[in-house]
Amino acid sequence: MKPPAFEYVAVASTEEAVAQLAAHGDDARLLAGGQSLMPILNMRLATPGRLVDLNRVGALSYIVERRGGVAIGAMTRQRTAERSELVATAVPLLAEALPWVGHTAIRNRGTIGGSLAHADPAAELPAVAVCLDARFTVRGEAGERTLAAREFFRGYLTTALAPTELLAEVWFPSALPGTGSAWIEFARRHGDYALVGVAAVVTLEGSTVRRASLAVTGVDGVPVRAIDAERLLIGAPLSAESMAAAAESVRRPLEPQDDIHATAAYRRHLAGILIVRALTRAGDRARLT
Amino acid sequence: MSVTPPLATVRLRVNGREYAQEVPPRLLLSDFLRYRLGLTGTHVGCEHGVCGACTVQLDGEPIRSCLMLAIQADGADVTTVEGLAPGLDRLHPVQEAFRLEHALQCGFCTPGFLMTVTAFLREHPGPSDEEIRRELAGHLCRCTGYQNIVRAVRRASLMLTGDTARATPGAAGDAPSAP
Repeated sequence: MKPPAFEYVAVASTEEAVAQLAAHGDDARLLAGGQSLMPILNMRLATPGRLVDLNRVGALSYIVERRGGVAIGAMTRQRTAERSELVATAVPLLAEALPWVGHTAIRNRGTIGGSLAHADPAAELPAVAVCLDARFTVRGEAGERTLAAREFFRGYLTTALAPTELLAEVWFPSALPGTGSAWIEFARRHGDYALVGVAAVVTLEGSTVRRASLAVTGVDGVPVRAIDAERLLIGAPLSAESMAAAAESVRRPLEPQDDIHATAAYRRHLAGILIVRALTRAGDRARLT
Repeated sequence: MSVTPPLATVRLRVNGREYAQEVPPRLLLSDFLRYRLGLTGTHVGCEHGVCGACTVQLDGEPIRSCLMLAIQADGADVTTVEGLAPGLDRLHPVQEAFRLEHALQCGFCTPGFLMTVTAFLREHPGPSDEEIRRELAGHLCRCTGYQNIVRAVRRASLMLTGDTARATPGAAGDAPSAP
């Protein structure tokens, strides 16, 4: 058998899961869709004493409209969100990024919360959450707290979740009128982790940029939110010059890593190119709304 | 809530047949299908979700059986490659299209491709080549037969939508050119 031996607990509610975490702490791991944890177990990179399976917790699987946005239960399958009309109309950036998450067979099991809590630095969903200022609802023994996406991601595969906490829900704000968004990524093969991925949101008033939001994945331990670039864009027309200046301001300070897939220099170059493309597409879509 | 003892019972339906077995929690669904049920058509390649060889359908949707515990399939309806053909003397149209287009050499990757493609064509009856290629990206074929696999999916799509003229052997869209 590939995975190491473990005790297995299939919980029926969030409360039971929290109680398991409280009782077993670091020795327990939550099993969501398993598309990252199961490979880790099969390769014996982790040997948790106890797996707490969330797959029977129906109460963590939902997509609902709430307070000007869309709330998604952490155990919602990525494929379910990808097929959701509500996600497509209210959070088009998420809808566009979802088909890039792994392959169909991965998304049929993989969950929204699982991908976010795993926090792979080249994953799509963390960058989308950071770009949209999504809100993360986290539950632990002491109760519930809500975090901004930018507070949630702390470093390589590291989040603000305590070992005794679980991610219960993610809330994404609905797109404002006059807003266009775009997800663009480059990967060696569709479904692989991105070498670089860019999430862009642009709100236009006439030709002037009122709001802009940019996040880049694959270039650091966490998704990079490009606040300086956003400041360069806001208040001016979206032009080739403004987009190039924004891209350059993001690209220059990046210090991505070399790996077998791409050099750091190539990743930095790619980030600049994809930012211009994503802003162009988001701007075009904003004009059409 | 149930804390699983060293062995737990999994009850599931595979290819229309009901099974109930005692399994250790760490037994993968892929190994359960192969070693417990003898359904060795589900192939095990990388065992970490990359190669796609172990793909089966869980309640009609393709999944990696190496990334799921057998115990998690309790109550589920699983279809493996053994469940595709309508009879011993007849292939599923997707299998037939793979045969006609020579979309396999060694055949190791084929069961996984078939389980993805049959579900894909149910949801997308007339896919574009780009859609076909994107869907196939989740599967590795080391005989490098991808071109023929794309052709097979195209032909299967015609067969399944009843376009018999174009689905007939030798008449598919861009048959390999003569040497």
